Amino acid sequence: MAETALIDVQNMSKFFGSVVALKDITVTVNAGQVLCLLGDNGAGKSTLIKTLAGVHKPSEGTFTVEGKQVTFESPRDALDHGIGTVYQDLAMVPLMSVTRNFFMGREPTRGRGLLQRMDIDAANRIAKEEMAKIGIDVRDPTQAVGTLSGGERQCVAIARAVYFGAKVLILDEPTSALGVKQASMVLRYIAQARARDLGVIFITHNVHHAYPVADKFTILNRGRSLGTFYKADVSREQVLEMMAGGKELDELSSELEEFTRADSTEGTSAQLEATAAAESALASAMKDETEKAHKQ
Amino acid sequence: MAEQALSKAVDADERLRKTPLIRKLMNRPELGAVAGAILVLLFFAVFAGGSGMFSAKGMVGVLEVSSQLGILAIAVSLLMIGGEFDLSVGSMIAAAGVIIAIPAAQWGWPIGLGIILAFTVAAGVGYLNGLIVFRTGLPSFIVTLAGLFILRGLTIGFTRLITGRTQVSGLRDLSEGDWIAALFSGDVLTGLFAWMANVGIIALRPDGQPSVAGIPIIVVWFLIIGALATWVLLRTSFGNWIFAVGGDRVAARNVGVPVLRVKVILFICTAAAATLVATIQVLDAGSADTNRGLLKEFEAIIAAVIGGCLLTGGYGSAIGAMLGALIFGAVAQGIFFTGVNTDWFKVFLGGMLLIAVLFNNFIRKKVTESR
Repeated sequence: MAETALIDVQNMSKFFGSVVALKDITVTVNAGQVLCLLGDNGAGKSTLIKTLAGVHKPSEGTFTVEGKQVTFESPRDALDHGIGTVYQDLAMVPLMSVTRNFFMGREPTRGRGLLQRMDIDAANRIAKEEMAKIGIDVRDPTQAVGTLSGGERQCVAIARAVYFGAKVLILDEPTSALGVKQASMVLRYIAQARARDLGVIFITHNVHHAYPVADKFTILNRGRSLGTFYKADVSREQVLEMMAGGKELDELSSELEEFTRADSTEGTSAQLEATAAAESALASAMKDETEKAHKQ
Repeated sequence: MAEQALSKAVDADERLRKTPLIRKLMNRPELGAVAGAILVLLFFAVFAGGSGMFSAKGMVGVLEVSSQLGILAIAVSLLMIGGEFDLSVGSMIAAAGVIIAIPAAQWGWPIGLGIILAFTVAAGVGYLNGLIVFRTGLPSFIVTLAGLFILRGLTIGFTRLITGRTQVSGLRDLSEGDWIAALFSGDVLTGLFAWMANVGIIALRPDGQPSVAGIPIIVVWFLIIGALATWVLLRTSFGNWIFAVGGDRVAARNVGVPVLRVKVILFICTAAAATLVATIQVLDAGSADTNRGLLKEFEAIIAAVIGGCLLTGGYGSAIGAMLGALIFGAVAQGIFFTGVNTDWFKVFLGGMLLIAVLFNNFIRKKVTESR
């Protein structure tokens, strides 16, 4: 490979006592690439990202960041190496303002010694600018984060990670609790981050959200990797099938067919159509965004 | 193109309707306390207007009572914003009092040295409180409730063991000429008050002295600490950390806020505030008593809650706590001046607390509600 991967993990394993949480996982992310980490509940997605983020130490395997081997002692350590993780709980305090959340733990200061104080004006300005860059107009950066929508909150958390020097973004289920519109806002931002040459690891169990933005997929099942696939080589249905463990899904779909035959309701098909429409809208929005980003 | 989009979004302010002033005020945590303070003062202006409460002497009295509680309430409000309670402050007042008094009265220490010792012990107590709460993960309510009894018990036990009594007196002469003690006793602006008495702005006593000698030193401490706490809370990184650890401890830790350090410092502040109040009381009264500070921990929490602090942490203000203490002082003195039996004071307190909590919950909903 000519390009040095931002993150390169080879044959990583993680054991908790006698429990094998991860076994022989290999993951690489380059700049300007979106890797989707897919897997059902309990597949080991969380353990993997916590290991990448410096919360856990890998039990086996090598972990290199931009060609250099690393061992993270703490999440702070990972952050210093440019790995920014946005957890599901977002690490946001709803009662605090957008600005105060944005700079929580890393406040810009003025003055020295006992007179050192937070540079509130600069903080407000930066928070507003950073949010504007991703197309969210925070009317008032002093408003509480609790007043923002779920998608906006997610974007604040991502913008914060980027602002503080993340080269690789690890996003833990950023769209799981969001509606279609909110999710597309977040997905659009992921596409933007890619256009700015950031590496993104996007954890989800929703293939429909993953497919439009991802460049490649790594599928986890019960702590093991089922392989990494480039988008060109694999269809949405194939990904879905592998993720759920093909057999079970086959059984499920044949069961569902039975139901459909028995009911032959119009509601189901109408619903399916609606989903398909929403998805194609999402995909075209993504395309626009990527094109725009490339033009810049 | 990106530049354009950016400047457009940043400049979007002008197209925005101005946030009405009332809306902005609604988002301040101390709103309820401001309204409460005005109401209470108006109430007593009507019902106790002619009784001397609003004379210079009466007002200084209100300020003095408010300051005693206010110093505690400011520290407690910071701790509550940080998501913890400290029920041991009342016992700390008694403990600090005898720590200052016994060495001076029994062993001949200079009183200043006793004061330094008391603050050192307070730092230790605060540190221990913070450490136990953090390491065990127990609610601070329980940990400091234990502290309340342990500290009070130790204070009574040791005082009786050493002196044979539960009071230590005769300190007034000992504090004369001690420069450390001078920081915590007496009045300021005595010259101004003498002048005001001479030109007839304030009343004279029969012996020709002004009816009020000056502003008691505790009021000065109260204002300094209030200003300092407000500055720290709103304008420093540490202040941001206080809100963060109280709002969501896990989130704060994930972004690198030193949660343990913040909490320990806040616990040390409440213990130190109790010690400051104890020092001033001991020097003023010339004696220490193991029963000092009873129920002060709850009164401080009430003042902080009236001032807009949420019991769940992450929200509140030091100015609010100051106003809460002022309401407290005004009512305590006002009830005395209107001649109502002071037994009713406690009923009022409980009622105020309940109303304040209801009001705060309403405000919290408003603050986090989508606009």
